[in-house]
Amino acid sequence: MHPMKRRMKNWAFALAVLALSAVFLSPFLVMLTTSFKTMEDAFMIPVKILPREFTIKNYSAAVNKIPYFQYMGNTALITVLSLAGELLVVPMVAYSLARIKWKGAKLISGLLMATMMIPYTVTMIPLYRTWHALGLTKTYVPLIAPHFAGHAYYIIILRQFMAGLPNSLFEAAKIDGANEVQRYLNLALPLCKPALTTVGIYTFIAAWSDYLGPLIYINRKERMTLSLGLQQFLNEFTVDWTLLMAAAMIFVIPVVLLFFIFQRNFVEGVSTAGLKA
Amino acid sequence: MLLSVYPLVMSLYYSFTEFNPITAPRWVGMENYKSLFQDPRFYKSLGNTCFYAFVATPVNLLTALLLASIVSKNFKARGMVRTIFFLPSVIPMVAATMVWIWMFDPTYGFINNFLKLFGIEGPAWLINPDTTMWALIMMGTWCTGTTMLVCLAALQDVPRSYYESAELDGANAIQRFIFITLPCTAHVIVYQAILNLINAFQYFTQVYVITTASGGNTSGASGGPENSILMYPLYLFHNAFIYQKMGKASAMAWILLLMVGALTAVMVKLSNKAVSNAGGE
Repeated sequence: MHPMKRRMKNWAFALAVLALSAVFLSPFLVMLTTSFKTMEDAFMIPVKILPREFTIKNYSAAVNKIPYFQYMGNTALITVLSLAGELLVVPMVAYSLARIKWKGAKLISGLLMATMMIPYTVTMIPLYRTWHALGLTKTYVPLIAPHFAGHAYYIIILRQFMAGLPNSLFEAAKIDGANEVQRYLNLALPLCKPALTTVGIYTFIAAWSDYLGPLIYINRKERMTLSLGLQQFLNEFTVDWTLLMAAAMIFVIPVVLLFFIFQRNFVEGVSTAGLKA
Repeated sequence: MLLSVYPLVMSLYYSFTEFNPITAPRWVGMENYKSLFQDPRFYKSLGNTCFYAFVATPVNLLTALLLASIVSKNFKARGMVRTIFFLPSVIPMVAATMVWIWMFDPTYGFINNFLKLFGIEGPAWLINPDTTMWALIMMGTWCTGTTMLVCLAALQDVPRSYYESAELDGANAIQRFIFITLPCTAHVIVYQAILNLINAFQYFTQVYVITTASGGNTSGASGGPENSILMYPLYLFHNAFIYQKMGKASAMAWILLLMVGALTAVMVKLSNKAVSNAGGE
């Protein structure tokens, strides 16, 4: 190709990438800039992107308007316990499916795939009734307990990872006299660290962001999670968007930080599970 | 395993009964199904969900493929651009939806003010029943990062040599996309289409947040302007937890399950065909 033409093409490509990136970033920018604007700035015509007067008052006002840190504590509690459940159970189930030969392992794996397809809306009502019968609908148990059964998708991710570990390692350990439990604890678990990290991040984000679950099971204001609590900003006659955006920023930041720290696990987890499942 | 099969069976049983959260189920036979098939809002919600599913899915897939083909190229800021495209998919849906509601504000929102720069008078996105659905589709496209990553992995598996020889033969970018990229990634695209459709049939959080925000509706059961974004799962939720007709909601749940199942079966059939047409993978 003619060098001039090539250069034009590169410029066009760069411009397109820049424009698309700007489009995808714009909601983040809006959230960030609005959170530093005064109320007058946010509701001023013509609208300016950057705040005329830079203020951090919205943040203190936002965390005082609703019991923000209490909600954050509630959310953190649910998240940590959910995380514990998944990280305890998922590798155990995955190990038994991938490395122990037993009748039905294949069948169970197939069923797991099928359960992934069942919409939550279908199981929602029977589950609610069951928790209601147990008298637990006003607690966090219905939000946390399911994680101790292991999420099908995470089990599949980990099973694939474990099945890919070299057999020779496990044979050698067996010859050295390590029993099944020892092989699981000392060999499989440490080797699975990358996959476990992926599952951990997914669980964290899912639990931290969950909305429908808390919406059904939490009905007292002081027990709300952040995802529910933020809604209170919207229930006003005129929404103070500067406060809401500040509140949303604090809610989003842990997830974004986590994403940047573990970006590799993220990307690999998504692409392997998406291609092979 | 029992944890997912038991609710499934119970849900079927409940769909033939009538109860609220406190009372015991009472057998009513086909009553729930009958009342659903006479309920205009049932059809409205079904129509809305189907519209969203069959418009948003192709839009999302095409966007994902476009973005993936951009970041599959070699350029300096590649990693950063990939992060920018993917980031929306990880941030909490509630927060994202709230930002979008603010951006869609007809007077002070970012979108209409941006359009104004080009002399375009933007619509009242979430207030006008004709535009609400398109607003949702825009929001959905923004969150297509997961699909993009999977497409990216699939694109990187396509042998470079195919493109090189096509370029020598004088094929332009669009031809290369249609005759090489699409067939070689067909199996992944179909699988992602299935996942996108299933997700569309479960679309809830965003519309719940939007409809309760634009409220004033004290019952808490709003479907947006003229029920234009009353999605199927939202109406199911209204029935179960606001109108307290859990039997009816269970019937809706089973209809949903059958639809999703049928849809998946059709897509799997199609995918087998597509993959064998592409020379088998």
